[in-house]
Amino acid sequence: MRHIISILIENEAGALSRVSGLFSARAFNIESLTVAPTEDASLSRMTIVSTGSDDVIEQITKQLNKLIDVVKVVDLSEAAHIERELMLIKVRAAGKDRDEMKRIADIFRGRIIDVTDSTYVIELTGNGSKLDAFLDAIDRSLILETVRTGVSGIGRGDRILKV
Amino acid sequence: MQLTGAEIVIKCLQEEKVEYVFGYPGGSVLYIYDELFKQDKFKHVLVRHEQAAVHAADAYSRSSNKIGVCMVTSGPGVTNAVTGIATAHMDSVPLVIISGQVPTAYIGQDAFQECDTVGITRPCVKHNFLIKDVRDLALTFKKAFYIAKTGRPGPVLIDIPKDITNQKCEFQYPKSITMRSYNPVVKGHSGQIKKAVQMLLEAKRPMIYAGGGVVLSDAAEKLIKLSRKLGYPVTNTLMGLGGYPATDKQSLGMLGMHGTYEANMAMQNCDVLIAVGARFDDRVIGNPEHFAEVPRKIIHIDIDPSSISKRVRVDVPIVGNLPDVLDELQKHLDASGGLPDAKALAAWWKQIDEWRTKKSLKYKQGKEIIMPQYVVEKLYEVTGGDAFVTSDVGQHQMWAAQYYKFDKPRRWINSGGLGTMGVGLPYAMGVRFANPKATVACVTGEASIQMNIQELSTAKQFRLPIKIINLNNRYLGMVRQWQQMFHGNRYAESYVDALPDFVKLAESYGHVGMKIERPADVEPALREAFTKHKNDLVFMDFLTDQTANVYPMVAAGKGLSEMILAEEL
Repeated sequence: MRHIISILIENEAGALSRVSGLFSARAFNIESLTVAPTEDASLSRMTIVSTGSDDVIEQITKQLNKLIDVVKVVDLSEAAHIERELMLIKVRAAGKDRDEMKRIADIFRGRIIDVTDSTYVIELTGNGSKLDAFLDAIDRSLILETVRTGVSGIGRGDRILKV
Repeated sequence: MQLTGAEIVIKCLQEEKVEYVFGYPGGSVLYIYDELFKQDKFKHVLVRHEQAAVHAADAYSRSSNKIGVCMVTSGPGVTNAVTGIATAHMDSVPLVIISGQVPTAYIGQDAFQECDTVGITRPCVKHNFLIKDVRDLALTFKKAFYIAKTGRPGPVLIDIPKDITNQKCEFQYPKSITMRSYNPVVKGHSGQIKKAVQMLLEAKRPMIYAGGGVVLSDAAEKLIKLSRKLGYPVTNTLMGLGGYPATDKQSLGMLGMHGTYEANMAMQNCDVLIAVGARFDDRVIGNPEHFAEVPRKIIHIDIDPSSISKRVRVDVPIVGNLPDVLDELQKHLDASGGLPDAKALAAWWKQIDEWRTKKSLKYKQGKEIIMPQYVVEKLYEVTGGDAFVTSDVGQHQMWAAQYYKFDKPRRWINSGGLGTMGVGLPYAMGVRFANPKATVACVTGEASIQMNIQELSTAKQFRLPIKIINLNNRYLGMVRQWQQMFHGNRYAESYVDALPDFVKLAESYGHVGMKIERPADVEPALREAFTKHKNDLVFMDFLTDQTANVYPMVAAGKGLSEMILAEEL
C-alpha cells in the first residue's frame, strides 16, 4: 500500500540524511521525499511517499519517531488529505505541435511559463496520477526535459500537524 | 567567566560526575588533553587502540549502570572506535563518545586525519552532534548525557572541531533539559497493563521471557517479585542472563539458538508469553513462521515502541520503563485478587520437568583432553558463582553463558547483538574500573583474544588483576562447528595457525602465564590463579578439545523446537 508520511523535524544540519539513512539502512522504500523549512524556521517539514505492508509502514513511523530530531510523524493517508506535486516540463513546441501543446496544457490547467521559438516550459500541479496522465497525453518524442518535486501533502479540515 | 572550549569539555564531564574517560590522544584533541592534564577530578585511562577505549567504556557502563565516556581523535581515531560504538549501540549501552575533528575551516577539504565522523557513525549511534559554535558545547553535553541514559539507552557522539576547543565563551552548565523532539515514555498504559494481568491469570501454559532490558533498566528485583508471585517459568536471553537467578527453580536457563531444551520447548509451546525487555531476536526465536505455528497470546513490555511487533506480532503491547511497568503490573495483580490456574500450572510444570530430564547441557569429561564446558563449570565453582564474567564471541561465549550460572544482573558482559570478537579483554578492564574490588574473569578463545591482545599493556599499567580463561582449541570454533554441520566438513580458513606462546606473551607484558593441558589440572590451576595470584593478571591458556561443539543448537532458519541435541549425533 502507498502511504504519505509527514514529518516535522528540527531544522538542523544533517536532518535529511538521518531520515534518508534510516530508509536505506532498514531497506524501506522511498518513492519520493520533499523537504523545506516551515513558517517556523527552526522546523522542517518532510513528506515521504513510501510503499509497504501495514507492518512495514508501522515500523517506518516508529523508526522515524525514534530519531531524536523528529518532532512529529503523521501518516496522512490514514484519513482525508490532499496531495500535490509540481512538475516543470520542457517540450518541443514548433509548427503544428505548438497549438496542440498549448491546448493540452490548458485542458490539464497547466501554465506555460517560458516560451521560445521552438519550446515551451509548462508548469503543472496536481496529484501524481494527473501528472502521469499529462505525460501520457502528449507526444513522448516532444518531451525535452521533466522535473518533478515529489509529493507534498496536508490533512483536510481540522487535521493539523503542528508543534 | 570565559572558558575555552577545551576547558568547557572538562567542566561538563566533571558536572556529569564522570569518574573515568577511556581514550587515546591525537592532534585534534590536544587542547582537551591539555586541560585534562591540569585537573584531577576524573581519571583518564590510556588504552592501546581506540576500539578498546569504547569497549572498556561500554563494559564500565554495563557493569555499573553509569554512563561510559571515551575520547578519541579525528580520522583514524574515530574509524577505530566505530566497532566499539556499533557494539554498544546493538546492545543499548549508554555511552558518550567525544571525538576530535579537524578545524572548522578545514572540514570538507580532505584535511589530514579528517573523516565525516557524523556521517560514518550516524547508523550506529543513538544520536550524534557536530559542534559548530563554542557556545553550543555545554548544552550539547547536557543533551548527550540525557539522551544516552533515558528511553532506550545508547551511545551518543559529540564531534568537536579543534578550533572550537581553543575559542572562549561564558560557561554555565544547564541544570535540566527538555527537548520538544525527545520525550521517552516512562509509564505504561494502564488499560494495557490491566489487560495483561487478565491474560496472565487466564494462562494455562504461561512463560516469562526476559531480555537484556531487565538488566539495563535495573528491573531484576521487580521481575523476581512478579515471577515468584505467579510461579511461572522464566527464561533469559543471552543478554538477559542474571536478570533472573539461574539457580532459581523457576529458571529454565537461556533460550534460543543454544538455549536449553526445556527453555526452547516451553517458549514454543506456551499459550501466554510475556516478553520483558526482549526483542524476539533471530538468535532467540529462530524461524518466526515456525514460532507462529503454535497459537499463543503475547504481552510485550519494552521501552522502545519500534521493538514491538517488529518480528513477531503481539497482542498486548506495553511501552514504558520496565521497573515502572512491572510495578504497575504487580499492583494490578495484587489488587485483582486473582490467582493463576493452579491445576493447569501444575500440569505445565510437570511437562517442563519432563523436558528437563533431557539434560541438554550434559557432556563427557574424560581423563585426557580438557572439555571447554568443564573449564567454565570449574570457573563457576572456584569463583563461587560471584565473578564478573566477560566473554568474546564464539563457542566459548556460548559455553560461558550455558555453564556459568548467573544469579545477579550486570555480572555477564558480552557482545550479544553485534557479536564483536575482541571485546573480552577491554570489557574486563572496564568492569574492573567500575567495580574496583570485583573478581573479573574473561572467558575467551585463542582467536578472539588476539583481536585486542595489545590491551595486556593497559592492564599492566593500571594493575588490573583480570583472569583470562583462554579456551584454546586452535580453531575458530564456532566457524568450524558451522563448517562441520553445514559445509561438508570443509574447514575453510578456520584453523588458527602460528599461535604465540601465550604464557611467554603474558610474561613479556609483566603478567602471569599458565598453560593447562590435562583435565586434572584445571581446578588446581584456577584455584592458584584466583588465590595465590589474586592481585595479578593471569593468562590461563587451556588446551581444550578441538572437536567440541555447542549444543543444543537451533540451526539458522529452523524452528525453536527443532533442536539438534548432543546425544543425537
